[in-house]
Amino acid sequence: MSRESALVTADWVQEHADDPGVVLVEVDEDTTAYDKGHLAGAVKIDWRQDLQDPVRRDFIDQQQFEALLSQRGIGNDDTVVLYGGNNNWFAAYAYWYFKLYGHSDVRLLDGGRKKWELDSRELTDERPVREAATYVAQQPDLSIRAFRDEVVDAIGTRFLVDVRSPDEYAGRLLAPAHLPQESAQRGGHIPTAANVPWSKAANDDGTFRSDEELTRLYEAAGLGRGTDGGKDTIAYCRIGERSAHTWFVLHELLGHDNVKNYDGSWTEYGSLVGVPIAVGDEPGSG
Amino acid sequence: MCGATQGGLTLDGIDLTTQTVIQGVVVRAAESLPGAYVRLLDSDGEFVAEVATSATGHFRFFAAPGSWTLRTLAPRGVTADRAVVATRGEVAEVTVILG
Repeated sequence: MSRESALVTADWVQEHADDPGVVLVEVDEDTTAYDKGHLAGAVKIDWRQDLQDPVRRDFIDQQQFEALLSQRGIGNDDTVVLYGGNNNWFAAYAYWYFKLYGHSDVRLLDGGRKKWELDSRELTDERPVREAATYVAQQPDLSIRAFRDEVVDAIGTRFLVDVRSPDEYAGRLLAPAHLPQESAQRGGHIPTAANVPWSKAANDDGTFRSDEELTRLYEAAGLGRGTDGGKDTIAYCRIGERSAHTWFVLHELLGHDNVKNYDGSWTEYGSLVGVPIAVGDEPGSG
Repeated sequence: MCGATQGGLTLDGIDLTTQTVIQGVVVRAAESLPGAYVRLLDSDGEFVAEVATSATGHFRFFAAPGSWTLRTLAPRGVTADRAVVATRGEVAEVTVILG
């Protein structure tokens, strides 16, 4: 994976949006954003309604993913370009999801919705009509998804990276500051996790920083160079969307091989009984 | 206090005994500005959160007590920084005026 195969610019989207085989997909935290205006031709995926099981706390399964993409008119050979608000947090989460179910050509629009809006590029409220497709998903690729027991075992051994803000890491805040402070039972972080906020990987306009800047950022935090000089890594945040952004940087842009996103993240870990927690600005010991 | 509004945003449903609220409006050329981006930076200049302003130009953050900076981004490369101090149980109201 590389920047060229994983990321497209706004200019690229304007040139290729109408190409057959290119499907634009908006994924947002604010699921009403699409309804107010979106890129011409884009379909919507609601990260909560469409991507989460309605009862259990888990993903939709392989068959549900097949049904979703088929209904949206997305085929296995399509080039899927994801974008969204919040600096592409949920678009990156969806990207990771598409990869988990084996979609071969999926990309992120660099800068997402914000960059598009700040450039004063056009939005429309017209909904595209796409004929249903027959999508076949692969078995979930669990080499990119971490679960809680693996995370506990990784304390002091793997490179754990907490990508939340410094105040969330230290336990002074329990959720991002644009959301009410409701979250896990306890504040703090997983012992030995480094704090590299996702925002350090992005410019103010939401585009990703250069490969050189990104490499330096994670090297300074103790992660070696990709593709083989790095350590086995697990990224987490509060609910797994910001850490999907960092997973994208490490796995897709910088080419680190073994990087997992822990989507249970702090809302799960910080509510587990009996697991170690570190508070304050230091990583703590394992 | 119930239903009281300050700066145009209702505080219904927000428990001010537990929340530290920073909110306000972005204004350009005497008009409130929807679709601007407001970033909340901590006292070290670290990014903490970001929201787009509403149809009426308003924004809101749930922060912690302390000193913060609001960085506003608007089309045409316009940015503005405003310092704000937040206190638990109070609403820090900020009007960001873009030149």
